[in-house]
Amino acid sequence: MYAYDEIDRTLVNERVSEFRDQVKRRLSGELTEDEFKILRLQNGVYLQLHAYMFRVAIPYGTLATNQMRALAHVARKYDRGYGHFTTRQNIQFNWIKLAELPDALEDLAKVGIHAMQTSGNNMRNVTSDQWAGVAPGEIEDPRIWSELIRQHTTLHPEFSFLPRKFKIAITASDHDRAAIKIHDIGLRLIKNEKGETGFEVLVGGGLGRTPFIAKTIKHFVHGRDILSYIEAILRVYNQYGRRDNIYKARIKILVHELGIEKFSREVEDEWQHIRNSSLQIDEEVIEDIRSRFTYPAYEKLPHMPDELRQAAADPDFEAWRKNSVAPHKVQGYSIVTISLKPTGGPPGDATAEQMDALADLADKYSFGEIRVGHEQNLALPHVAKRDLPALWKALDKLGLATPNVNLITDIIACPGLDYCSLANARSIPIAQELTRRFANHELANLIGRLHINISGCINACGHHHVGHIGILGVEKNGEEVYQITIGGRADENAALGTLIGPGVKFDEVADVVEDIVEAYLALRERPEELFMDTVKRLGVEPFKERVYATR
Amino acid sequence: MTSPLEQKKIRIAGPSVVTANRTWDGIVVYRTAAKSWSAELSEAAIVRNSDEARALLAEAVADDVGAIGPYIAPVQIGDDGKVLPGNLREQIRRTGVTIGQPAQV
Repeated sequence: MYAYDEIDRTLVNERVSEFRDQVKRRLSGELTEDEFKILRLQNGVYLQLHAYMFRVAIPYGTLATNQMRALAHVARKYDRGYGHFTTRQNIQFNWIKLAELPDALEDLAKVGIHAMQTSGNNMRNVTSDQWAGVAPGEIEDPRIWSELIRQHTTLHPEFSFLPRKFKIAITASDHDRAAIKIHDIGLRLIKNEKGETGFEVLVGGGLGRTPFIAKTIKHFVHGRDILSYIEAILRVYNQYGRRDNIYKARIKILVHELGIEKFSREVEDEWQHIRNSSLQIDEEVIEDIRSRFTYPAYEKLPHMPDELRQAAADPDFEAWRKNSVAPHKVQGYSIVTISLKPTGGPPGDATAEQMDALADLADKYSFGEIRVGHEQNLALPHVAKRDLPALWKALDKLGLATPNVNLITDIIACPGLDYCSLANARSIPIAQELTRRFANHELANLIGRLHINISGCINACGHHHVGHIGILGVEKNGEEVYQITIGGRADENAALGTLIGPGVKFDEVADVVEDIVEAYLALRERPEELFMDTVKRLGVEPFKERVYATR
Repeated sequence: MTSPLEQKKIRIAGPSVVTANRTWDGIVVYRTAAKSWSAELSEAAIVRNSDEARALLAEAVADDVGAIGPYIAPVQIGDDGKVLPGNLREQIRRTGVTIGQPAQV
């Protein structure tokens, strides 16, 4: 966990007071909506179909149990008893009242949570690997650097009015769980040949109307220079990024139009002006941040405790363990992913009761720590293997032990037309139907790793471009129509999916996915060949043929 | 279901209302003939041509404290005179999400 200092606490508290005054002036009519809109957006408050939506940041996806309980409290007291975990390590509340928002913010501030910069054209929540600090083989805990960047960019005046929103993600593992290649800046923590810590810097990734995979702009930037290098990128973007057209305002468009070579030259020129300034980071600063991350006092435990050996006889436990439990850097411990994708449920939603109960379980089994991943699942990062059977039973009682992590029903979906004012089509009902179609765990396991991503409009909050199967809802002649892509991925080999053909109607989507899956099962060379590998080997044609042969 | 945020010109093809979200709590409201807001669609002022729509919207926009984001939305008038939402988006705004809410499941 990270312990905030007095500066952070003061900042968050002052922000609440400021926003309380702004809300008061808005409700009295002293501020017009035009004047107030930018202020509310800078505090994570959107207007959606039914009500205001309140987005709260979970920096680098790390939550203490008192923070999770505070989120449950907000869900219960100010909302309708649940929250929605997003693809960027945020949580959204869908039914919040503007008049009560300052009180909700004040309650969250007591545990160091805020909503600053969770919307608006500024630096958004810096995200990271939800297994940070516990993943075997990791270079270093990437949250240390995430926190450095968070501190530097929070309320930074130069980055408060960018051409458009700006998102950074950091990973320190070979396997990218933070989707860095679809971010404005992606940082991959590495060591150079001298053993020094630094970053491969990628830029210009993003989805939405014009999707791009990020390109490497510099193969190694020393850790001490990372703030100045990021600042140089942001300055070039701030200067040349388009403000005349919202659809062309993201940095990905600038990188694409200038070309990565010219863009990198501009950044390099800017960087030479500022790299030896106060932006160069002293090792003591990093050490101070590092010292504020505390790690559990792990016990020396056996690799295979008796409790785990005995539980292995239970096929239900084994089904859950195989998909939900991952190796930990410390022997005798595991990382447990908690699926927020129950059969028939909205992906990423958790009730206040589930949040409270999870906090209790995290206190009992995970040293009081919870993580949030971009896949809209949660994780307990420090579970002793001997406790896995007991944890599983407890999760099962809460409806949180669906054994589908990384399987076809572990679907990422945006809120879609059920909640979102930008959406053209519904996402969640499509996900719900698919989880019912593939509820049979043996079938899902037979299919193997397969990620479905669903977005209800071209803004792509459900990351449909990088779904192994991507589903995009659009509107055509007043009806919901869904375009299907296959072959996308969001990991270290990130790629955009390919459209397989004309859009299909709402009622046909699940049938089409079934057709694609059946084609895959028939076409794969062996059970170990994953869906993505089959698509890579054969292209989209056989799948297209199967889907449209009878349509 | 084209987002009203993409509405560029006011041109209506049938009976319509002006809808928005109430400022203090965000709930869906409709502009009434009495120049106020109601949470009931049945109490909405119905406009039937573009001039009427433009006038009703201008009046709604002027009430910046009462509600935010007003726009024109289509409705259908049933044989019994009942006013119904004119598309899926407005249906969802009126009756709520189509998916069940987790806290109620």
